[in-house]
Amino acid sequence: MSIVIVGAGQAGLQIAESLRRGGYEGRVLLLGDESFAPYQRPPLSKKYLADDIADERLQFRPVEQLTKQNIEFRPLTTVTAIDRDACEVVLASGERVPYEGLALTTGTRVRPLPVPGAEHPAVRYLRGLDDAKRLRSQLATAARVLVIGGGFIGLEVAATARHAGKTVTVVETLDRLMARAVAPVVSEYFAELHRGHGVELRFKVALTAIAGNPDGSLTATLSDGSTVDADLLLAGIGVLPNQELAAAAGLECANGIVVDEFARTSDPRIVAAGDCTLLINRRFAAPLRLESVQNAVDQGKIAAQSLLGNAVPYQDLPWFWSDQYDIKLQMVGLSQAHDSLVVRGAPDSAAFSVFYFKAGELLGVDSINRPAEHMLARKLMSLGISPSPDAVADTGFDLKTLLPAP
Amino acid sequence: MPKVTFVHFSGSSRTIDVPTGWTLMEAAVQNGVDGITAECGGGCACATCHVLVPAEWADKVPAIRPSENDLLECTAVPRTPHSRLSCQIQVSDALDGLTVNLPERQS
Repeated sequence: MSIVIVGAGQAGLQIAESLRRGGYEGRVLLLGDESFAPYQRPPLSKKYLADDIADERLQFRPVEQLTKQNIEFRPLTTVTAIDRDACEVVLASGERVPYEGLALTTGTRVRPLPVPGAEHPAVRYLRGLDDAKRLRSQLATAARVLVIGGGFIGLEVAATARHAGKTVTVVETLDRLMARAVAPVVSEYFAELHRGHGVELRFKVALTAIAGNPDGSLTATLSDGSTVDADLLLAGIGVLPNQELAAAAGLECANGIVVDEFARTSDPRIVAAGDCTLLINRRFAAPLRLESVQNAVDQGKIAAQSLLGNAVPYQDLPWFWSDQYDIKLQMVGLSQAHDSLVVRGAPDSAAFSVFYFKAGELLGVDSINRPAEHMLARKLMSLGISPSPDAVADTGFDLKTLLPAP
Repeated sequence: MPKVTFVHFSGSSRTIDVPTGWTLMEAAVQNGVDGITAECGGGCACATCHVLVPAEWADKVPAIRPSENDLLECTAVPRTPHSRLSCQIQVSDALDGLTVNLPERQS
């Protein structure tokens, strides 16, 4: 009797520990293809990159804490196939590991730059701890940093590099920063923030080619014909779900491993959770893929419940955060479909929130340096309480009074 | 290495050797102390690593910064005069012997 978890990131660890907390007494195998015990990824583009902090501070738990919970963690272990008929996973070593339940928490990989010259050694991506180590060491000696992609990863690295005194240029194909995640008012605030720190922002241009120079640096050519010289290029242009293992086993995949609201794949013995899934959340009409800590944790818990035989539907609120310089951006809900928004507080005060509405219903809130308002918005939304746009616009009105009495 | 004791709401306690420079939250999470969630991983962004610092230690722990003060308004168990976020307390030799109490829940 054993449950095998393929992928030792945040979702995989969550499933392993939730199985134990839920009373599962069989073997729990947590298979990771990296050399490290499960660790936190968010600091990789922030604190870890900026400071010389030790790797073990990124770990969720020392391995002994996993052993104490009777979780068998195996690093450097690659699964090459799932034999669904035999209920076994096949490892790169040839070993076959039987399962009664299987969890796929395979995560994502970076989207590679689709341009000539992208294999240049000064071109870096950021996904795992190995990437972060290389980036950190190359950043130390670089003077000029070029960031491709004005999303969260690119901007967090840009902020860190600028803070370290580097010359930083950010290239974004769209006309504003973090365009898929936030409203123009928030994009504009962050554009001013980065410019104020001395970052050059280039909008509506794309990288078209990279050429190496004899001194080890590179020259990037952009779609408007201009060039940028850099000692280090960081590409943050999105990720792709690791779904090939699932697809090869005949599990339904689209943009991610397809799961239902109970984190179950098209095989009832197999669940999946985290960034790799195309999921159903009761709060949203359409399936979606979420790349976040919140999803790894909350969907991981649901996947574990399904493995334990308990069908708990996924209806947790999505939330996200990003740190750039000393500014904390926190987001709750999915606000892309909004038809109106209200800015609470003043953007020039570096502390404000944007409340997004559709037909008068609150869809989501982005908070800039207002962590308490973010947490309050999470409480309100999780309780299904939607403040009116007028109430939100009135900064004299205490939104806390909308909460039910404790 | 400074020793810090975490007292669970149920009354059980764990004493942990904490490397100086680590935060109380990190020490708790790394050692599997029940009762600290820390869902944001130490970003002073979630209020789920709430602890109660006894009055006799109040002067020895680092002062509360405005961001922590705001978030303490959002803890799952209402704030008391002893409330702190454990991700904002860096452990130094001066905190050797510190005991903190954990609230009933974090979310």
